[in-house]
Amino acid sequence: MEIKEKLVEIIAKYLDVDADTVKTDVPFTELGLDSLDVAELVMQIEDEMGVSVELSAELDTVDKLADYIAEQL
Amino acid sequence: MNFQGRVALVTGAARGIGRTIAEKLASEGADVIIVDVASPENAAEALDAVKAYGVRAAYRCLDITDGEKVGEAVNELVKEFGKIDILVNNAGITKDKLILMMNESEFDAVLNVNLKGTFIMTKALVRHMMKNRYGRIVNMASVVGLMGNVGQANYSASKAGVIALTKTTAKEFATRGITCNAVAPGFIDTSMTAVLSEEAKKAMFDMIPMGRVGRPEDVANAVLFLAAEASAYITGEVIKVDGGLYI
Repeated sequence: MEIKEKLVEIIAKYLDVDADTVKTDVPFTELGLDSLDVAELVMQIEDEMGVSVELSAELDTVDKLADYIAEQL
Repeated sequence: MNFQGRVALVTGAARGIGRTIAEKLASEGADVIIVDVASPENAAEALDAVKAYGVRAAYRCLDITDGEKVGEAVNELVKEFGKIDILVNNAGITKDKLILMMNESEFDAVLNVNLKGTFIMTKALVRHMMKNRYGRIVNMASVVGLMGNVGQANYSASKAGVIALTKTTAKEFATRGITCNAVAPGFIDTSMTAVLSEEAKKAMFDMIPMGRVGRPEDVANAVLFLAAEASAYITGEVIKVDGGLYI
């Protein structure tokens, strides 16, 4: 599964919404996620994907997070 | 109070107030992890004392100012114990001197252990608590963090910092079932206070309305209250345990 698809799946499950509704190019806040939600999701992603993510304000969309993780793998 | 099924990590638990907290938690049924960087012999004794209550227990010799090592140790402990519900940030040091005599390294050393160490332990533990949607963090502050004290510029500043850190931690994780509170002891009879000068001791005794020093048990009782499941709606609070020293 593509990294982006995996992230969308995790976020959709977390928000209890259909994956189709998770936009990948908008800030997490617009998806209804606060900073603590993002931190929690990133921890989950770290566990599931075996990567280490240093959280920063720049990683504020699914697209950017997916690119970052791709660089780590 | 019933702490059965709960796992507690207490820093600076080899002796003094920390050991009393560790033993009291164990006596109420909690599994207890003792963290201490100094006094391995005392730590071994404390571990035996905790185990005597029939709970699971462990000891880690760990420098709480080393974020990397703390992270590794916490991950191992979470695997070993399954979770950590309660963090008591008790470890602390003093290097008392008047400001005019205090050098920067003495100031830095106390801030590093008392304040930064509390931050490092909290950061390492809170991510596990978030997953469980449950956590009780109790930080050891001090009344001198509220009132200041001659000869303790470093210590009092570190404890004032701990109080602010407590309130911020409380706010950041309030929605995740994690509470963070502080206990602010006054003059307590421990080896740490035994080294204070006679002049400093007399000055403090004269200010205590109850006319006596506190016991480690007095502090531990307040810590257990805040660490209990029943204290779910208390967060960001500072409880003074000082016989009325600072009213």
